[in-house]
Amino acid sequence: MTVTETKPAAAPTVVETPAAAAPSRGARFTGAAANYIDERTSISGLVKELGRKVFPDHWSFMLGEVALYSFVVILLSGTFLTFFYQPSMVEVVYDGSYVPLKGMQMSAAFSSTMHLSFDVRGGLLFRQIHHWAALLFIAAIGLHMLRVFFTGAFRKPREINWFIGFILFVLAMAEGFTGYSLPDDLLSGNGLQIINGIIKGIPVIGTWTSYLLFGGEFPGTTVIAMFYSIHILLLPAILVAALGAHLLLMIINKHTQFAGPGRTNDNVVGVPIMPLFAAKAGGFFFVVFGVIVLIASFFTINPIWTYGPYDPSPVSAGTQPDWYIGFADGMLRLIPPGWEVVWFNNTYSFNIIVITVILIAFLGLVAAYPFIEAWITGDKREHHIAERPRNAPTRTAIGAAGVTFYAVLWAAASSDLMSTHFKVTIEGVIHTLQVLFFLGPVLAFFITKRICLGLQKKDREIALHGFESGRIVRLPGGEYVEVHEQLDDYERWRLVSYNEYTPLTIRPDADGRISGAQRTRAALSHWFFEDRISPATKTDVERSNQH
Amino acid sequence: MTVTKGIRDTLSMTRNSKSTRIGKTSRRGRRHPLATIALVTIGLLSTGGAYALFSSTASAETSSVNTQASVDEGKKLFSSNCATCHGLNLQGVDNVGPSLYGVGAASVSFQVGTGRMPLANQGPQAEKKAVQFTEEQVSSLALYVASLSPGPAIPSAEYLGANGNASTGAELFRVNCAMCHNVAGAGGALTQGKWAPALAGVLPVHIYEAMVTGPQSMPVFNDTNLTPTQKADIITYLKYLDKNPSPGGFDLGAVGPVSEGLFIWIFGLGAIVAVTIWIAAKAN
Ligand code: HEC
Ligand code: HEC
Repeated sequence: MTVTETKPAAAPTVVETPAAAAPSRGARFTGAAANYIDERTSISGLVKELGRKVFPDHWSFMLGEVALYSFVVILLSGTFLTFFYQPSMVEVVYDGSYVPLKGMQMSAAFSSTMHLSFDVRGGLLFRQIHHWAALLFIAAIGLHMLRVFFTGAFRKPREINWFIGFILFVLAMAEGFTGYSLPDDLLSGNGLQIINGIIKGIPVIGTWTSYLLFGGEFPGTTVIAMFYSIHILLLPAILVAALGAHLLLMIINKHTQFAGPGRTNDNVVGVPIMPLFAAKAGGFFFVVFGVIVLIASFFTINPIWTYGPYDPSPVSAGTQPDWYIGFADGMLRLIPPGWEVVWFNNTYSFNIIVITVILIAFLGLVAAYPFIEAWITGDKREHHIAERPRNAPTRTAIGAAGVTFYAVLWAAASSDLMSTHFKVTIEGVIHTLQVLFFLGPVLAFFITKRICLGLQKKDREIALHGFESGRIVRLPGGEYVEVHEQLDDYERWRLVSYNEYTPLTIRPDADGRISGAQRTRAALSHWFFEDRISPATKTDVERSNQH
Repeated sequence: MTVTKGIRDTLSMTRNSKSTRIGKTSRRGRRHPLATIALVTIGLLSTGGAYALFSSTASAETSSVNTQASVDEGKKLFSSNCATCHGLNLQGVDNVGPSLYGVGAASVSFQVGTGRMPLANQGPQAEKKAVQFTEEQVSSLALYVASLSPGPAIPSAEYLGANGNASTGAELFRVNCAMCHNVAGAGGALTQGKWAPALAGVLPVHIYEAMVTGPQSMPVFNDTNLTPTQKADIITYLKYLDKNPSPGGFDLGAVGPVSEGLFIWIFGLGAIVAVTIWIAAKAN
């Protein structure tokens, strides 16, 4: 079933309050209860509004839901973990059932996590559910962001929601990192050590900041307790608030949808949330939950018992962070050695601060992209139609460059594993990635742009001349031609309904001057739109049909 | 220590192995009251390891019956298989193979017993391949090399039973070995195409010999760095990892977060995206 929802809300479709049509006792009770609640909360208005909300039926619109559901799983499993975990760095002697750690000195945090894993029924399963769900959560957010980016769904009026989504992404990473540190095992301790190094690499304030964070010289005795409060109180509270705002804005702005017959900038075509979609979504929640539990029951994650308790002296080969921090670790691995200068008997090292700046700049660009693009294009219209990536070649190319950049950093984080598993030298891997760091995004940009333009051209051809049917006909004059099959109007709609943009032209301001910002903007706009394929217009189509 | 003495140790050890081992555990029991129980448990769990140990001791015994014959046999094997690279008198051949003076029986037993020698092709590091000699031939080669120039002997079996203290071993492993071999013994990359191999399934005797001889880029851990008992503890820990499959399920290669990340993207998110496509398709 599909329904059409018009933007200026009008069509009353879904009835929400359970009307007492059949006066059975149960129905009378629910009716009365609903009435009771509604009289005191006016909730029926909200239910009506929500119930009329329409959900587009393209699979990629469900990625955000995957993130939401894994977050619910994280909350549930995390609550269980808090019952047993002790956020303390007090030294204790392990006396649990894992033999190779018996009698070892370790922090209460590590010991309680070991206890939770080996001596609490279901504890290990819950730990693994929690950790796998966290990985899935951030992966789903990432994919969801890519979907929104490549379909231009961040354009007006959704720029703010993109930004809130970005905040959620960063919060999720912070949640992940603090959680990863809580068991106080060797691996996460090495990770913290790296963070400590990054903080100390900030000029002037670095060392003091590190002392502040760790309550003295790293690792100190307080960081775990602090991370625990951040991990279970502060960040979740902000995350839930931001998530609420994100969902609210999503309801207010409605979903975007792909172009199609009957789908316009002013409506959303899809399934109404109540009741069908709600049922499906409920089912889908359990699918996500099920997949996570299945993975958690069969695959180990973060085997802290092999890592052992944190101790500053040993460092393991192949120490990596969880995947979502990998890009930062990779950046560290790619910096060439020797970026130090000596001024007035002090050594200044740039190899860390440069990394911090590059990473923050990258994240900043991601956060600000909708605003940057809107400024460049000067586009102030509202957009509710998801753009096909090929129809915005420059944006798609920028996205591909960004993805490549991220992927290079990500790959660099596993440079040692690539070296051992593919039997190549680690220097070779690093140097290749260093070259790709610069070249990869540029290549990705040009290749993607060409591909988009090529696809657009093909679309235009097909819209105008139909597609090749493979049927060869001999004309009476002896000439052979291939028959082109025309598209029907529905299919053609998909191919031709997109907006065409032209570069901005420079206009002098009120004083008749052209400012530097204006010039940059015009240049950028020119760069953004210089290569474009116009969509086939109605007249084009008609003209070609007369042939 | 010369070879013959090594073998004598081995022999005396087999004769009163049980009593020595129990004596040792009770001495170590002072360190931790539960250690005895742990040791007994490990002792039970490691019957397989003990079996391997006894079979190798047995071969040492047979070969010692006629040591001189073994040395002669070793000489023959050496001159036909190794001398091209290492020279007839272990003196080495320039740019082809190093001299073997002082490498000892342990080094030969390790290099040949793990299939690294005879070297097949020049690469950054000798690769493990199928072992080319019988156990007897390996010990003949070792005897021959050691008879020309003494060096670290083949370890005595009392340290190879994987019946030491696993938690001390685990800690020693993290401090001394994990930076190259990874905490889970999954191996790791070194510079210039070299690598520290994964340690799963390596025989106790080869683990010990690797420590005393330090093959390639691996440092030598002599008896002052790590006492024989500590070496035995490390072996105990590595064998514990071999015998106890990962408690949390499949370990995805035990290489840590990278495989976990790839797994969740490809299989976790992959499975869920497949479901979303299916749901959306049904809706149409
Ligand atoms: C193709 C040449 C070649 C052959 C044949 C060869 N080796 Fe080697 N061997 C080398 C090289 C090169 C090294 C040093 C690099 C290494 O250890 O991988 C070496 C190293 C060794 C070492 C370690 C030396 C040390 O410092 O600890 C031993 C022991 C050894 N070989 C024994 C043997 C024995 C025994 C044979 C015969 C079964 C043999 N090799 C056959 C080339 C060879
Ligand atoms: C500097 C890095 C480094 C350290 C530290 C190190 N190793 Fe190694 N290890 C290596 C390398 C490299 C090899 C491979 C040598 C070869 O192939 O010739 C190796 C080989 C081995 C092998 C042989 C594995 C096989 O597959 O045959 C064992 C066993 C071993 N090491 C155990 C240890 C133990 C136990 C420790 C700690 C006491 C340790 N290593 C410390 C680098 C290291």
